[in-house]
Amino acid sequence: MEQMEGAAHKRNGEGVFPYLTAAAAAGLLLLVGAIFLVVLWGAWPALKAFGPAFLFSTVWDPAADIYGAAPAILGTVITSLLALVLAGPLGVGTAIFLSEMAPPWLKKPVSFMVELLAAVPSVVYGVWGIFVLVPWMRTGPGLFLESRLGFLPFFQGPSIGVSVLTAGLVLTIMILPTIAAISREVMRAVPQDLREGMFALGATRWEMITRVVLPVSRTGISGALLLALGRAIGEAMAVTMVIGNANVIPRSLLAPAQTAASQVVNEFPEAFGLHLSSLLLLGLLLFIITLLINLTAVWLVYRTGQWSGGSGRPARLRVKGRVAGHA
Amino acid sequence: MALDVRIENLSFWFGRQQVLNNVSLFARRKEVTALIGPSGCGKTTLLRCINRLYDLYAGARIAGRITVGAESILDAGTDRVELRRRVGMIFQKPNPFPHLSVFENVAGGPRLHGLAHGRALQERVEACLRKAALWEEVKDCLDRPGALLSGGQQQRLCIARALAVEPEVFLMDEPCASLDPISTMRIEELIKELQEEYTVVIVTHNMQQAARISRQTAFVLNGELVEAGPTAELFVRAGDSRTEAYLTGKMG
Amino acid sequence: MPDKKWRQIKSIVPEAVCCLSALLAITVLFLILYYIFLRGAGVITPSFLTALPTPVGVPGGGIGNALLGSLVMVALGALLAVPCGVAAAVYLDQNPQSSLAAATRFAARVLSGVPSLIIGLFVFTLLVLRTGRYSALAGGIALAVMMLPVIVLTAEEMLRLVPNSWREASLALGASKKQTVLRLVLPAAAAGIAVGVMLAVALAAGQTAPVLLTALSSVFWPENLLQPTASLPVLIYTYAISPFTDWQQQAWGAALVLVVMVLLLNMTAQLFIAVRNRRG
Repeated sequence: MEQMEGAAHKRNGEGVFPYLTAAAAAGLLLLVGAIFLVVLWGAWPALKAFGPAFLFSTVWDPAADIYGAAPAILGTVITSLLALVLAGPLGVGTAIFLSEMAPPWLKKPVSFMVELLAAVPSVVYGVWGIFVLVPWMRTGPGLFLESRLGFLPFFQGPSIGVSVLTAGLVLTIMILPTIAAISREVMRAVPQDLREGMFALGATRWEMITRVVLPVSRTGISGALLLALGRAIGEAMAVTMVIGNANVIPRSLLAPAQTAASQVVNEFPEAFGLHLSSLLLLGLLLFIITLLINLTAVWLVYRTGQWSGGSGRPARLRVKGRVAGHA
Repeated sequence: MALDVRIENLSFWFGRQQVLNNVSLFARRKEVTALIGPSGCGKTTLLRCINRLYDLYAGARIAGRITVGAESILDAGTDRVELRRRVGMIFQKPNPFPHLSVFENVAGGPRLHGLAHGRALQERVEACLRKAALWEEVKDCLDRPGALLSGGQQQRLCIARALAVEPEVFLMDEPCASLDPISTMRIEELIKELQEEYTVVIVTHNMQQAARISRQTAFVLNGELVEAGPTAELFVRAGDSRTEAYLTGKMG
Repeated sequence: MPDKKWRQIKSIVPEAVCCLSALLAITVLFLILYYIFLRGAGVITPSFLTALPTPVGVPGGGIGNALLGSLVMVALGALLAVPCGVAAAVYLDQNPQSSLAAATRFAARVLSGVPSLIIGLFVFTLLVLRTGRYSALAGGIALAVMMLPVIVLTAEEMLRLVPNSWREASLALGASKKQTVLRLVLPAAAAGIAVGVMLAVALAAGQTAPVLLTALSSVFWPENLLQPTASLPVLIYTYAISPFTDWQQQAWGAALVLVVMVLLLNMTAQLFIAVRNRRG
């Protein structure tokens, strides 16, 4: 009885404090809902005007006030998949090297730097892309692809530097540190006694990597790849700077195009009315897609962390995912 | 085929710290040799020298000579993959591969070394699980993850896994440390059976265990081998006062 | 034995491929940083850091107002996000099992995956469209939304590191939960929370899209929070896509300033985490 009174007394002593903290927690929840609703609200006129056809129409004509997202969607899909295909193996390979192969004196500083590079703002990658990569693509590899492989529909010229391929390459470089840093972290969480168990059976190091490290951290690596894909899809600035911003279905990888994010950044200053609403609808699409991708990714990364018993890790990964964030 | 393990004047450093100092020990074939001593005395390190598992860690330095059968294994040119196939190891904490089924846990090793395929592989897995006294318990759930077994079963799975690559020597690092008394008893019975065919070197904290299962016992203290001898004799009258103190519980 | 040879080859070749991919990845990334330093370093002078921008062709332009604008908006964002974020983290720490806590953690992770462009669109639709003006205030709010999940997630982790025995000791001495949190738990976790804030600030300082959509830009010094305001990332973007060489030069310089700021913040935070991990 006395105890209960004591408890009641203590609760009185708390004042509004517990309510304040609960309100802050609930506020975060409401914020996510609000973002969705506000963007939906802004996109509503376009949604009503075009419906599902918005996804498939290739016409984006502010003069006639007709908007279709097919070029932007296609551009987004091609550039981000290109980036994933290039950065995925490179990033995972780098992670394997850092986690399993590098000597200790190399391991720590290089891992540290890779994590730092994941935090470099995307506009900085954009600056490098526009001033170094674009001219290089115009003269070097772009010209080479155009002249040697131009008979393939993928590589038809003219190569003017800004292109789907250039955007894909900038995205590749941007998501590379994300993939490498998170994959390394996930691999590091693989218990050492499993490695020793495989070595003790007489496995070579690579056999140990493919039979223990990669399978055990498989879900976490998929999570890293998905987080990177989400970042590539949502990336606006660096892509806008190098893709050429042409509202067409790209004829080849060397042609300029548009992604959903780059289109929004590019056109919103002059947009109003249905045009603006259509841009918001593009944003809404991006929101939904990246949301699905990131939810799966976080779920995968988080699950591995729990499974392999690395208790402190998942939380750090969540933070990393953010720091490795985006534009 | 069991092989003698001969350790001669072995010293081991990890970074600047000396872990073993001039250790010599002869582990006869088809016998259980127990390494006892207080924790941190270097007995696990000694074990890890015999299959060169220490190689995985930078900063390890070793001097002396270890021969397994006729082969000197500390040379730079030693084929560590083949050495580790011939010298199996059981760890303190059971470490079955969590992503593999019971069957795959055992089959992985032979597949790695190309020792058996298809039907022969299945038979080998069954034979090893039987030898490890696990077959009856798992024969209906060979497809389930090995990590779902109980601790004692996991440890026997690890023994089956090691058996499957046809080792000649078994190294055991406190294999019962994380097990309950009944599981411990079963593992001890298993070890007694293993010595009919293999050389067994076992690290243990538990002196009763050493007394129960080993033919020879070696006492390690602060990186030095204080004495080694037939278990029966050592436990009755130790030659060294430090061994005596340890065995009677005055130390460690 | 040819079989054994084959096994060795099968192991060495893919290992070499991993080495090469690491080498390639790290070389490319460092090449980029090298370029930024090479091209940017020559541009940076004291007056570049403090002067207002000049029209094309007029020498002596600087990034002073953009630096100040970024500072103002990031500070505003932190001012909004830190109290809310830490309060939410305290809730998560105090009621780790409640369903609101689970939902909030989930929301924080969702929010940290939302592209910054969307957050820009959100604040743009909510504030800029309504009031009809771009402003530093809107920019600060957008950055606060960006920072919030980083702060919540790191702060929760840091609070969890405070040993339970300490809290129990405090409660046993008759302190209320509130007193325990405010006088014991938060001070004990303060350094860790500061690391989270640093990471959040570094993240916010580099954001372009949310600021572009909410604060736009300006060529003047920021005078109040209700005007369009210049920021470093937007200035870099605008200058980089411009056709004028002097602006392009300045884009390199500004990019270097931004990289150095962001990397220093991250380095400090990472070093702190490394030191703490070594102790723990």
